[in-house]
Amino acid sequence: MSNQKSQSKSTLWDWLTTVDHKKVGILYLLGGAFFFVIAGIQAMLMRIQLMFPEASFLPYQSFNEMFTMHGTNMIFLAAMPLLFGFMNYIIPLQIGARDVAFPFLNALGFWFFLLGGIFVNLSFFLGDGPPDAGWTSYVPLASDQYAGSGLDFFVLGLQISGLGTLIGGINFLVTVINMRAPGMSMMRMPLFTWTSFVASMLILFAFPALTVGYLLLMLERLFGANFFIPDMGGNVVIWQHLFWIFGHPEVYILILPSFGIFSEVIATFAKKRLFGYTAMVFATLVIGFLGFMVWAHHMFTVGMGPIANAVFAVATMAIAVPTGIKIFNWLFTLWGGRIKINTANLFALAFIPSFVMGGVTGVMLAVSAANYQMHDTYFVVAHFHYVIVGGVVLALFSAAFYWWPRMFGYKLNEPLGKWFFWLFLIGFHLTFFFQHFLGLMGMPRRVASYLEGQGFSDMNFISSIGAFMMAIGFIFFLVNVFVSIRSGNPGADPWDGRTLEWTIPSPTPEYNFAQTPLTRDLDPLWYEKMHGDGRMKASEPLGDIHMPNATILPFLMAVGLFVSAFGFVYHNHWVAAGGIAFTFACMFVRSIKEDHGYHIHKEEILSDKEVE
Amino acid sequence: MSEHVDPTAPLKGEVSKKTERQLAREMRNQIITFVFMVFLVALSFLGIASEAIPNGFAIPFSLLIAAVMVVIQLYYFMHLKDKGTYWPNVFIWTGIFIAAPTVASLMLLLGVVKY
Amino acid sequence: MADTQSQVHQETEMIPDHPEKVTLEGKNKFLGFWFFLGGETVLFASLIGTYLGLRGGTADGPGATDLFHLPLVFVMTMILLTSSLTSVFAVSAMHKGNMKGVLTWMWITVLLGATFLGFEIYEFYEYVHEGLGFTTSAFSGAFYTLVGTHGAHVAFGIGWILTLLIRYRNTGLTLTNAPKFYTAILYWHFIDVVWVFIFTVVYLLGIGG
Repeated sequence: MSNQKSQSKSTLWDWLTTVDHKKVGILYLLGGAFFFVIAGIQAMLMRIQLMFPEASFLPYQSFNEMFTMHGTNMIFLAAMPLLFGFMNYIIPLQIGARDVAFPFLNALGFWFFLLGGIFVNLSFFLGDGPPDAGWTSYVPLASDQYAGSGLDFFVLGLQISGLGTLIGGINFLVTVINMRAPGMSMMRMPLFTWTSFVASMLILFAFPALTVGYLLLMLERLFGANFFIPDMGGNVVIWQHLFWIFGHPEVYILILPSFGIFSEVIATFAKKRLFGYTAMVFATLVIGFLGFMVWAHHMFTVGMGPIANAVFAVATMAIAVPTGIKIFNWLFTLWGGRIKINTANLFALAFIPSFVMGGVTGVMLAVSAANYQMHDTYFVVAHFHYVIVGGVVLALFSAAFYWWPRMFGYKLNEPLGKWFFWLFLIGFHLTFFFQHFLGLMGMPRRVASYLEGQGFSDMNFISSIGAFMMAIGFIFFLVNVFVSIRSGNPGADPWDGRTLEWTIPSPTPEYNFAQTPLTRDLDPLWYEKMHGDGRMKASEPLGDIHMPNATILPFLMAVGLFVSAFGFVYHNHWVAAGGIAFTFACMFVRSIKEDHGYHIHKEEILSDKEVE
Repeated sequence: MSEHVDPTAPLKGEVSKKTERQLAREMRNQIITFVFMVFLVALSFLGIASEAIPNGFAIPFSLLIAAVMVVIQLYYFMHLKDKGTYWPNVFIWTGIFIAAPTVASLMLLLGVVKY
Repeated sequence: MADTQSQVHQETEMIPDHPEKVTLEGKNKFLGFWFFLGGETVLFASLIGTYLGLRGGTADGPGATDLFHLPLVFVMTMILLTSSLTSVFAVSAMHKGNMKGVLTWMWITVLLGATFLGFEIYEFYEYVHEGLGFTTSAFSGAFYTLVGTHGAHVAFGIGWILTLLIRYRNTGLTLTNAPKFYTAILYWHFIDVVWVFIFTVVYLLGIGG
């Protein structure tokens, strides 16, 4: 067994080879933020085009490409990786672990995501241009008859990044089950960890369906298969099922960790234990379960038949019950609390009414008869932006302000943060509230323009103004990140926190916990503050700490698939096979070269403690 | 570092008598299980191949046999019946639970026949 | 952390009852691999569902009844089932601390797996000759994708187990390689589980209904 610490050659090499969950988490945040900005710019371009009737700001083909890539980037490459970033950094800290279960796979998942995402976006510069069939990419619009090479980039890139997500999901599941510190039973886990655990379960069972869908589309586009061609015995509805068997759980993969973030933030800043913890966990599980049973509500107008529609409609409405339980629990947590209003908490407070509006329109859409009227109109656009922006994006910003001192060692500036919050919130409601009415008036989604006398002009103009406000708000955030750097380290526990991530020194040491903490109750740190001396009791004597070695293999494996994907798009089978062979060769090396990591010695940890 | 155990050292020593007996019993059970599964497969094939048995019976019968075989494989060959397999059980059954509506909808809800 | 757990067994000079689950790494692998198999269940369910949805779509090409030969499939099923049993014997040998037994039984498993794969390639070759190309119809595409994905799993399993067999041919059983063999064996069983469904749903139902 080697006890040598691998020497890092340079900062770049350090980040390319890292297997530290904290660094991987930060990489996820950077990657997600990059795609978030791209997708945001795409949204702005669309809103400029729709600002005036019959505008010619964007050619219609470009408009199709923009809404396709906006959805793809936001869902697959921004929202999910940003959540993964927080999950990576925070979950091990919240359960008192020194690391995730599979540090190597964790890094592998990140590189798959990043290179897959870059591959999809390279379609802007290569081939026939970006994909233009919507983020859902329904066939036959996405078949090789109607769509150019952009769809190949889309299908291959998302298969690679989807693989990364699946790997990440399994890693979180095993981490939560096997790596909890003594006393941290399942029913003492913070809600963010719980919801991430359930979301990882959804990832595990939802992504294989998407993989199969993309595999079939790829085989049809590149190798001439006929799954979706009716003349050859195929059926286009197969694609829709496979996509939504993944696609509906996907929205819960996004919203459940967001619920977890709000539960942490609201409990911390109301200075109260979360109301109805057990009911919250139960509701999370029920939502996760029902999330798998409702996918066909995206397909009410396909013509599955009245009984099928009715069953899926009822199942969909049932989801409102556990979600309602959650909303009431947050309200009761706030009730009677000593509420501290800061940016993190403002985002959480604004989430509650915003998300309820999205939920209500969701139940409206679930009425399958009414759905025929609203299908594919701006009403749907308004609905899902209310749940995704009003739920997930507000959660991401709340989490950023809440966990920023933990991750980067400084607090974000509050006045700038509040400017950001109000601009973003007002902009968000201006943008999307009016789209409900545009939809009810019959404005179809995914159409590049509208006519003068249709009555759509005013509300589209307001909607675009709102979008500008959101963009300006976000610039405030970016400025905030840089302005606040010099504000100084606020210490280990800047918010008077309740959970284990606030018990370790800031900046977080590489090994997280010098001694694994002993959890004595839900909200372990708060318990020690109330019943103990405010410090965690250790559950083990101070000793050497085992750490995994850094390795370049995850990056190389992702590069292999990245190169291989080019081979597929350009029909060069040697490159395609070579890339995959390279990835397998890396797996082979990983398998035969045993890597037992190294130990950080007790003396080093003691000297760290003295500095603290 | 003497205090750390080397995970690459070959394991030495004996298994306990109790474990040995248990393993022998397990081995016997697994051979019986295997013979039973061979019998089931043969039955399933014969049901379809034989002209005497109507397909209306043979097909559900084969599907039932497949289900039984999968459960036997999971619990006896893959040791899901052992202790310490709570989470594997949860996840495998969840997978099967989600697999069922997936197969059913891909097979039936294609808009060809309305339900 | 892994070290403190393994110490107990090393000091007493006994083979632990479950050498694959002694270290924390082994426990993680065991659990993570089972979860992966849970996900694979949905993957194969999607492929089987697609096949069932498209099996009538032969587009004037050959259909299931024109092609499938039950005797061949029966032999293939028996081979894979037997390889499942031999890998059970390998686990049993591992629990006795008998690395030689593990290696021998896994070599037999790999040989049986390779035979199965040979039959599958022969089968595909035959069908192509009888006019069922990958692009002939929706049915043919779904058939080759489903059975081919299973075949790819078999091929990957053979490569994986061969790697382990050669790497650990004379290291003895260790706390590091026990979980590696154990997960490979779980994977192998799972391939057999999937095949049970494939032979029933594709071949038996293809001939029968």
